[in-house]
Amino acid sequence: MKTFGGKVLFLDRSDINTDEIIPAKYLTEVKKDALGPHMLEDLSLDGFDPQSEKTKDASVIVTRANFGCGSSREHAPWALEVNGITVVIAINYARIFRQNMFNCGMLAIELEEAKIDALFAMANDDVGCAVDIENKELTFTTSAKTETVPFSIAPFDEALVRAGGWVEYADKNL
Amino acid sequence: MGKTLVEKIFDSHLKSEPFEGTKVLNLDVVMCHEITTPIAIADLEWRGKDRVFDASKIKVVIDHVTPPKDTKSAVQSKILREWARRYNIRDFFDIGQNGVCHALFPEKGFIRPGYTIIMGDSHTCTHGAFGAFAAGVGTTDLEVGILKGVCAFRQPNTIRVNLRGALGRGVYAKDVALEVIRQLTVNGATDHVIEFRGEVIDRMDMEQRMTITNMAIEAGGTSGVCMPDGVTLDYLWPFIAEEYGNDKVKALDAFKAWWSDEDAEYARVVDIDVSTLEPVATVGYKPDQVKKLSELGDMKIDQVYIGSCTNGRLSDLREAAALAKGKKLAPTVRGIVAPATTDVYRQAMKEGLLDTLMEAGFCVTNATCGACLGMSNGVLAPDESCAATTNRNFNGRMGAGGMVHLMSPAAAVASGVKGALCDPREIMGEVTK
Repeated sequence: MKTFGGKVLFLDRSDINTDEIIPAKYLTEVKKDALGPHMLEDLSLDGFDPQSEKTKDASVIVTRANFGCGSSREHAPWALEVNGITVVIAINYARIFRQNMFNCGMLAIELEEAKIDALFAMANDDVGCAVDIENKELTFTTSAKTETVPFSIAPFDEALVRAGGWVEYADKNL
Repeated sequence: MGKTLVEKIFDSHLKSEPFEGTKVLNLDVVMCHEITTPIAIADLEWRGKDRVFDASKIKVVIDHVTPPKDTKSAVQSKILREWARRYNIRDFFDIGQNGVCHALFPEKGFIRPGYTIIMGDSHTCTHGAFGAFAAGVGTTDLEVGILKGVCAFRQPNTIRVNLRGALGRGVYAKDVALEVIRQLTVNGATDHVIEFRGEVIDRMDMEQRMTITNMAIEAGGTSGVCMPDGVTLDYLWPFIAEEYGNDKVKALDAFKAWWSDEDAEYARVVDIDVSTLEPVATVGYKPDQVKKLSELGDMKIDQVYIGSCTNGRLSDLREAAALAKGKKLAPTVRGIVAPATTDVYRQAMKEGLLDTLMEAGFCVTNATCGACLGMSNGVLAPDESCAATTNRNFNGRMGAGGMVHLMSPAAAVASGVKGALCDPREIMGEVTK
């Protein structure tokens, strides 16, 4: 199983598409590491800097609705992973992106809108997020407070995460 | 309770249900192109599992950047080409025979009603026009598909879209697709299949139906589907006549067995009277930001692009050429036509369509995905805009800083002639549909 948790990067917009996560011009790469420097390069979001320390230090993304819409490119989760981001927390996702995350053994966690709003209320501070898969809990920590939020995950998706991905799961079970 | 077409396909292809609601399906076709497949091949090699479940069920094309534009794209092509040869995959299409996957594979007769199909490409939903369950997937799903011939899905519910009435002058399948997306929004169909029904679909040919199912993903849909009927049968007949002993009645009965039952349950039903639709285009970075062309002010464009898996087929080129005949692109506009497949190119050439378009000032390129996703063959400069017959208008899609306006081929030609976004009825004159 992969490791999950760390500093949070907040992306305050819905419908962030896979072209924004990794532009198509980099899809000619055949090594995942080569995607690293281009993560979120075309993201249309005021004040966002893909090269900032905050972006580079992140291990968790918190965002709004329909994250990862558009293309099927698994280069999107790969670009996140090679930058150390293995958890995304959103209201919901495009289907293919969500499946790609779990297929890579990564976490695409869904929280209801009010909870996402509450997380964004912390966004001015430096926020850390710990992930407890056993107890299905996320713990968010700022300099001022600690908040624990329960989450749910579909049994199949959890099995993929525990196996390390779909290839590993299919190998053992199919 | 009856079943929908997709429920019938899930039931007939079910391999296992490891957890409630997760269904592992046996696959009839696994399609591969050079962008998303090479990393799957490399991973299979790295794992010591470099094999394929059934070479006859794997269809391979080099289409996204072809002929290659640089060393990296040439290497992707080479990996795919050598892999196809190594496993004796007969249905492999390279330069000289290739074309945009979702136009090429139907043309070759690879899609059948009731099939399960995956590809590492989001517009795989196109093939649902034949009454198949066809879904775009990532590279890992593709990899397991290649290796074991299966894919896991949450069983999708179905949204039924009933399309009635008659299309007005200057209004085409693309306008219908954009209206559906406008109504459903960009994630209104997530984890759902969109079933397109009604007299409008019944009257459409397969190319028009594919234009509509192609864009199901732009509303988040897992697939778009149509019921396989006599039109589907006529399209497929050269490929299946033998299989059905030349008996069309028998074949149509087999097709109709896949139809959604009268009492099937839908998550949602949307009724649209297409008679009220006008020619439209997107204005913005989301495919649901749809506006009537007649209501837009002066919005200059720099490029027209006619092509892609949405609108690069023969009927699209006929529609474009009919409008372009005797007209010229505005001097400020560059026009690019990329016929979707090699056969479309040749037929368009025989019919004089390419000559008409070139006379109007268009450049004709080979069949490739190219500019649609900003990889080659017509990338925009920052602050430029394009009237495009493609399917995505995302920020940077056709080149960083560029703006894509999605519309029908007729509207794209009209916009090119005017030099600004234009309702095709404005320049149709005596041209009638």
